[in-house]
Amino acid sequence: MDSRPDRGAGPLLSLQGVTATLGASPVLEGVDLTVGAGEIVTLIGPNGAGKTTLLRVALGLLAPDRGSVRQRPGLRIGYMPQRLAVDPALPLTVRRFLELAARDATRRVRGALDRVGAPRTLDTPIQSVSGGEFQRVLLARALLRDPELLVLDEPTQGVDLQGQEELFALITGIRDERGCGVLLVSHDLHLVMSSTDRVVCLNRTVCCTGAPLTVSSDPAYLRLFPPELPGFALYAHRHEPDAECRPEGRRGG
Amino acid sequence: MDDFLWRALAAGVGAALVAGPFGSFVVWRRMAYFGDTLAHASLLGVALGFALHWNLAAGVLAVCAAVALLLLGLQRSRRLAADTILGILSHGTLALGLVTVAFLETLRVDLVSYLFGDVLAVTPADLAWIWAGGACALAGLLGLWRPLLALTVHEDLARVEGVRVDLVQTGFVLLLAMVVALMMKVVGILLITALLIIPAASARRLAGSPESMATVAALVGCLAVGLGLWASLRWDTPAGPSIVVASAVLFALSATIPVRRARP
Repeated sequence: MDSRPDRGAGPLLSLQGVTATLGASPVLEGVDLTVGAGEIVTLIGPNGAGKTTLLRVALGLLAPDRGSVRQRPGLRIGYMPQRLAVDPALPLTVRRFLELAARDATRRVRGALDRVGAPRTLDTPIQSVSGGEFQRVLLARALLRDPELLVLDEPTQGVDLQGQEELFALITGIRDERGCGVLLVSHDLHLVMSSTDRVVCLNRTVCCTGAPLTVSSDPAYLRLFPPELPGFALYAHRHEPDAECRPEGRRGG
Repeated sequence: MDDFLWRALAAGVGAALVAGPFGSFVVWRRMAYFGDTLAHASLLGVALGFALHWNLAAGVLAVCAAVALLLLGLQRSRRLAADTILGILSHGTLALGLVTVAFLETLRVDLVSYLFGDVLAVTPADLAWIWAGGACALAGLLGLWRPLLALTVHEDLARVEGVRVDLVQTGFVLLLAMVVALMMKVVGILLITALLIIPAASARRLAGSPESMATVAALVGCLAVGLGLWASLRWDTPAGPSIVVASAVLFALSATIPVRRARP
């Protein structure tokens, strides 16, 4: 138990007052964000809200103009980028792709692929792995880092409805067995709502944050995501916790 | 066969063996234009080396390395699109090289041999430089192989996984500058990129892994050198361009191979 990541004091990741500009326009202004061990934090927000920029700042890929970014010293991060297109000229099987994760990854590749439920892709060229399986392969690569924090940028893109539910169940299961923190960006508001501990609604600034139920009834959230959005209506009946906020949302919108 | 032919063959094979793996990375990283820019800059290196009474190879190496670092720096700043920067430097250095050469009487006479190579005039010293330099470049690439492959697949992901991206990239472009400098004698400034990318592209359909593509590219390059030199003798055509024509023919043949399917 001593090696469990949740033993350490304080959050895995802590951002305070982060301001970032791309070109001339501010993308993030005074954003605070923390992720603790064992916690799933979901970042939602409209296109261009700065979600990916915030992830890049959190990962240390982009230096903020102002504000502080603190990762717990020696933090092991598993990262799943939003887009990863391998040039067709590069012959690369899934096995070789996964072996790039770490020097000692070779013997753990099969186990990681089994864990995410995509063992059949092992010797497939990475370019011919499609949709849902590709996302699983990316998740396996993140797992090969033996992560204390998973950072997932839209992990369910290009995945059908059932596949999305499976993928979220998988992420939740991985969190449960590893006790790792999860920071993820999502467009799929409702499915995320059901498996997430804390939602951060971002639109250049953090407009609201809290447990899924609190956020989904927050006026700031409803302004950003009016309940008439087809995605919202489509998923609304599926999950118990959200059943209550739907009529409320209608009144608010 | 005469001595000069054996030397030409040895120089060509040496260059092709190095060009295969480097050319593969140039193809994967979409750096064909980058390679072209380094190649064009090497004429300025020849002129500079000549004017300053340096070893010509040293002049070429110095200028190519400087241009490679300049390119890397400019691309990072992102004020202009990468291909605009490449265009400016590529043609800017070529023009500057041509202008400088015009002032140097002896070089002016040999200009065509620098532009299109003069493999049949390779000296034992050239040969030693190609093989020794090539061995160093390959050893360097071997050391960078894994991190370079990781950042070729996805730069941010590699960075998060602890790859020192800037260091690896700088190392690679410096090695590439060296490769360009040692290939110049074989195919000439204007055709260096061709010998880098055509064998690599030909190898794609025969390869199931990055390493096998690099190996096959090296072998295809050697075959092209052999065929090109043979054609050059047979029909009295210029050697460098004949080698490139041979590799283009091999590429066309490779395009008829059906795409390799993975084992299920």
